[in-house]
Amino acid sequence: MADLNIHIKDLHFKNPVTTASGTFGFGEEFMEFMDLNLLGGIFVKGLTIKNREGNEYPRMAETPSGMLNAVGLQNKGVDYFVNSIYPRIKHLHTEIIPNVNGGTVEDYLMVTEKLNETEGINAIELNISCPNVKEGGMAFGVSCPSAVAVTEAIRKVWKKTLIVKLSPNVTDITEIAKGVEGAGADAVSLVNTFLGMAIDAEKRKPILSTVTGGLSGPAIKPIALRMVWQVYQVVKIPIIGMGGIMNATDAIEFMLAGASAIQVGTANFIDPQVSLRIIDGIEKYLAGHHYKKAGDIVGQLMT
Amino acid sequence: MKQIRDFRVKAYDRLNEDNYIIELGCDEELPAIKAGNFAEIQVPQTADVFLRRPFSILDADHKNRSLKFYVKAIGKGTRKLGELAEGTKVNLIFPLGNSFNTDHIRHALIAGGGSGIAPFILLAKELKEKKIKTIFLLGARTREDVFLADEFAKYGEVLITTEDGSLGDKGLITQHSIFSKHDFPYDKIFTCGPDPMMKAVARIAAKKGVNCEASLENMMACGFGACLCCVTETLDGNKCVCTAGPVFDTKYLKWQI
Repeated sequence: MADLNIHIKDLHFKNPVTTASGTFGFGEEFMEFMDLNLLGGIFVKGLTIKNREGNEYPRMAETPSGMLNAVGLQNKGVDYFVNSIYPRIKHLHTEIIPNVNGGTVEDYLMVTEKLNETEGINAIELNISCPNVKEGGMAFGVSCPSAVAVTEAIRKVWKKTLIVKLSPNVTDITEIAKGVEGAGADAVSLVNTFLGMAIDAEKRKPILSTVTGGLSGPAIKPIALRMVWQVYQVVKIPIIGMGGIMNATDAIEFMLAGASAIQVGTANFIDPQVSLRIIDGIEKYLAGHHYKKAGDIVGQLMT
Repeated sequence: MKQIRDFRVKAYDRLNEDNYIIELGCDEELPAIKAGNFAEIQVPQTADVFLRRPFSILDADHKNRSLKFYVKAIGKGTRKLGELAEGTKVNLIFPLGNSFNTDHIRHALIAGGGSGIAPFILLAKELKEKKIKTIFLLGARTREDVFLADEFAKYGEVLITTEDGSLGDKGLITQHSIFSKHDFPYDKIFTCGPDPMMKAVARIAAKKGVNCEASLENMMACGFGACLCCVTETLDGNKCVCTAGPVFDTKYLKWQI
């Protein structure tokens, strides 16, 4: 059997399949459906320094082969995560990776420092790409100087694995990727959702309360795949790929394009057990093509 | 315990052009299902129908291992679900959500507006089993939109209002004479239907000092608390309708009534 292990600095994924922040709660929502210990890792719901109620309903619109969301980082704050949620999930034999958010660099720093004091957390994902918050979020991720500035600031205080989650809503994602690599990121995860909107023509109104929201699902897969492939050409740090992955073939495509690991997102809503099927599918692919380890297919696209 | 399970289409009961009851059967025993629970049904995917669709469980037959759902075809997913051949495999996540509270009731009033009858057969059965006297008040636009009245009649008296007066009292459900009578013997109201109608029912309940539970049907992506899309505002902030609900004590909702 092929070796599925993936290492990204201090982070050890027992296989390349992880779940994307905002689509998997804190893992607990899926405990009745699967053995969470089988996952490579769980990127938990985005955290902010204070409790956030998120945006007004409606926050979701189904679109062709995908969906828009405008949740707006609803969460009870990092302290609640550290004190109440994490103790319930830290026993899991999978990497629990908090997703860090803020309106200012100070906010990001405060959340990171709280996590610094939490034993067992080996990595954070710096979210500079949430399209659904008024302040911060994607604003950091769409300009190279601000992406670099927030990454540098966090790098100074966070010594363990630092993953920066990139926005696809940019002119050239490779510039941002190179920027955060230079600022000390250990890996990049891409892509977050694409800014989009949906309209109810009968009512002449937007469907989302926020008018615009983040598009995810298979509708974005070809663009996400292209971005992973482009970023792979220009950075040396590992890439965690995502964007519309629904099955093992999709995951393998992302790995061939250059992703060392992948995140399953929107697919979790439709099939809560899909990640386990993807792990099996990757194993079968590796065996079928006589690869010894998962890492052997990363970036092996023949062009 | 939540299940992910394949069912097969057993039968349709066509109520009219846009409304139907779908019966789905499976091989294994059904888990315990409570009145108010719902299921996320995966309609065979097309480019236009991507997510599962949540439906209240209308009825559960443990002996025959089948579930019934009342569906109003209003979009691509609900239309597609009504066009499947007998025997088509359909995947369900169920049972989801909380349930109605039928404790300490002497006389229940069930107020269902339009398609808001979906959770009430199971509830009617539970109330009958507990020997709780129940009256049904069904509201619709016209007589063609009144469904399952005969079915509900097996469990209690059925009153009807239609907006055009083609059946029962003319007017909105909340204009029915039972609300204006001096004698209001009900100590619990269960309601389901369009938001404005449920809010109006909740307003009457509050005025009369009667406990009221409403079953909400916000848009959901997952149905089990992961996506945080279906929230409703409560006294404790935004709560997921899929996990904190779909049934809420209306006093707990920030409905400004």
